[in-house]
Amino acid sequence: MSGSHVHALYRHGRSPLHLAAPQVKIVAAFGLVFAIALTPRTALWAFVVYATIVVGLVALARLPLFFVARRAVVLIPFLLVALLFPIIGSGERVDVVGVSLSQQGLWDLWNVVAKAVLGFTVAVVLAATTEVTDLLSGLDAVHMPRLVTSIIGFAVRYVDIILGDFARMRIALASRGHRGRSIATWGVYAKTVGAVFVRTYERGERIYLAMLSRGYRGTMPSAGAVPVPVVQWGLAFLLVGSAAGVMAVSRVLL
Amino acid sequence: MSTPVIEINGLGFHYPDGTAALVDVDLHIHQGERVALLGPNGAGKTTLILHMNGIHLPQTGSVAVSGYPVTDGNLLDIRRRVGIVFQDPDDQLFMPTVRDDVAFGPANLGLAGRALEERVDQALAAVEVTDLADRPPSHLSFGQKRRVSIAGVMAMQPEILVLDEPTSNLDPASRIDLTGILDDLDVTQLIVTHDLLYALEVCERSVVIDAGRIVADGPTREVLGDEALLSAHRLALPAGLKIEDLDSL
Repeated sequence: MSGSHVHALYRHGRSPLHLAAPQVKIVAAFGLVFAIALTPRTALWAFVVYATIVVGLVALARLPLFFVARRAVVLIPFLLVALLFPIIGSGERVDVVGVSLSQQGLWDLWNVVAKAVLGFTVAVVLAATTEVTDLLSGLDAVHMPRLVTSIIGFAVRYVDIILGDFARMRIALASRGHRGRSIATWGVYAKTVGAVFVRTYERGERIYLAMLSRGYRGTMPSAGAVPVPVVQWGLAFLLVGSAAGVMAVSRVLL
Repeated sequence: MSTPVIEINGLGFHYPDGTAALVDVDLHIHQGERVALLGPNGAGKTTLILHMNGIHLPQTGSVAVSGYPVTDGNLLDIRRRVGIVFQDPDDQLFMPTVRDDVAFGPANLGLAGRALEERVDQALAAVEVTDLADRPPSHLSFGQKRRVSIAGVMAMQPEILVLDEPTSNLDPASRIDLTGILDDLDVTQLIVTHDLLYALEVCERSVVIDAGRIVADGPTREVLGDEALLSAHRLALPAGLKIEDLDSL
């Protein structure tokens, strides 16, 4: 049960970033990612500054590089698509080790790689230093609509149970001699998914009844906001402010 | 006699397809009683308890809680008075942490701040799960989940605690723990079960329901001693045990 999927992004620790208030980290992470995304791709110096900041955050969170690199696997599909840009791009072409590549496409590739890797690393730092429950209370504290945080909360709470249902049904199939190796057996899996869907729907109804029984009337009660030390907000605004400054200068110099 | 906590008179309920789920049900439960509601699968036990807190409204007859008729207009008040602990704790525990979940009911009643915290702490202490307060429900054992779901209902300070199959899926030690905890709770209790030994252990009175009708209502020893009644309604003590055998244990 505790080998849960949604909690695997978190890494236990007591670094300053682990201890910071979730709403501060959320605001800082979004601010930083926005600044990075809005920076012109040709401002190489700006990306060097961002990379320094991001590496600094990884160090501050005391995350091993291997941990971050392993998470980065999810970027591979995006990067593979981006690799096509120089080949299929139009405009002026340059020769790189004998291959004719589009200059425009190379800049596009750089743009995707730099922004994806930096933005992704910020997200990894946020997820690795903030438990899911704290992320939810942080989103609540920054006035994300309660409906949205409730939906995320329900997804987090029940995804393991649903996957557990599916896993048990697969074991039950295998225990009755089912071997799912050929395409011919996909129909069985389709029915399993259908059965899990129906069970999940019924569970949803039971959850709703249980909520009604405890006085639910359509709005979730708010979690009392924990006050955040001013110094944390100060540091977050310093971080976001510096990144925004770099972004502004890079756009002016463009 | 005092006003019953639960007063059901002539209650009838049909499902949309016409199946009769409850037929002319009369049931009175008084303050301080601990009553077992026994019956085979599909007897109407769950349908009956869902009438007690207004999830279902009576189609015929009436349901009153502490003298207040259950109507569309006073559902929040009724649901505060009648606390239902559902069979599968995973259906009930949906908030990210144990503390948040126990706070859900009282927060819906309008409690906030210090008062809410105190209420949650009391409920957690009453079922001895204070040390689990900051854990996510998915990380708890089944027995712990069961206790936390009881805390979530007790935090609303109900006048009657209704437990749907509280012993199902519990290991023997958790079952003993649960008995101790329920014994210590100072609240009227209705325990829905087909675990007859458990009913004998904890409830002085038992009500048997089958095919939507109440077929017996009396002291648990007498009800469970009536073998003809039990077998007519698909109930039985384990492996041919008789009520007299249990006295010598």
